[in-house]
Amino acid sequence: MTDIFNTAAVKASGLDADHPLAAVLSTRDDIMTMTQQAHDAALTPKKPGGLSYGERAALSCRMARLNEEAPLATHFEAMIGDSNATRIADIAFDGGDDERLCALLRHTDLATTNTKSVVAADIVALVSAGVSEDDIVRLSELVAFVNYQVRLTIGLRLMGDAS
Amino acid sequence: MSNILHDFTTTVPQWRPRVTPIKLEDATPDQLDALKVTPSNTKVSDYVLVLARDAETLRERTPLFNAIMYNRGGLSRAERELGAVGTSVFNRCVYCAAVHASRYNLLAKDVVVIERIFADGEEAELNPRQSAIFNFAVKLSKCPPDMTKDDMETLTAVGLGPDEVLDLILSSALFGWANRLMHTLGDPTEITD
Repeated sequence: MTDIFNTAAVKASGLDADHPLAAVLSTRDDIMTMTQQAHDAALTPKKPGGLSYGERAALSCRMARLNEEAPLATHFEAMIGDSNATRIADIAFDGGDDERLCALLRHTDLATTNTKSVVAADIVALVSAGVSEDDIVRLSELVAFVNYQVRLTIGLRLMGDAS
Repeated sequence: MSNILHDFTTTVPQWRPRVTPIKLEDATPDQLDALKVTPSNTKVSDYVLVLARDAETLRERTPLFNAIMYNRGGLSRAERELGAVGTSVFNRCVYCAAVHASRYNLLAKDVVVIERIFADGEEAELNPRQSAIFNFAVKLSKCPPDMTKDDMETLTAVGLGPDEVLDLILSSALFGWANRLMHTLGDPTEITD
């Protein structure tokens, strides 16, 4: 069994095994374990396709920062490894003159900060920039997962602070 | 081509992908495993056939979704659906909102709450417990999320125990995931036969 207090979401929330909420959290240990498995599938899949581990970690760090979730941003930043991907985590960086990167960052930011505004043309823009359909789904799953994890972490921390 | 739906409804629409679904006959063993295709279950939606392009996350996602929405104990199933609706309304995911609003109505044996939410969004007049749950889900869905200690105290004041608050966080956050797939990778469309 995974130590749920060592999963990225719970660890970043600040809750530990000695916290009064530990017993409640343990009733959902299957969910915390599966959340970490989904984290690993989104960040370090066996078949990363056109999105490298470094890019995935840097995009995740960027999304955590867009959500002002510093501890998870630190977690993802430590996973970047590849120095070429580091600039992706900077929310002021727009991809520069790299067309593919510009499209990836634009879509990541839009789906993270203003999900409702995403329209068909935004998917077309990714295709036009040379992103394959497989990679569009990989990117979408990464964006979707990280935004879930960020909210789980923030929610857990607030529960911890309030109890 | 059928019309794209922009207004909330409790009639579950069709979903038209913006990314080409894989063909089941072309699926790799990994994809078939993630799709949970068995000889007796060969009906797979376009949505899942799109997600099969990333089989590794699809495989993890399905059991996690089921655990968050259906696990025993904690928040009632109807109120988990209300959390899912709050998030889906905030993100304007018409498809997810339809699925989970209709489930809420069935479980709660009520249509008024959803009618008010669809009509008035964040201003909907609900009873204190429903209102606390719905508003918490909406605040958690913002970027950045903006719920505070006061919101947590409101949940406690209307009677939610910590186990129920945890399930609300999970169901609401989960739809931050689901909406970012369903709403971005396809369009909800009118049902055609």
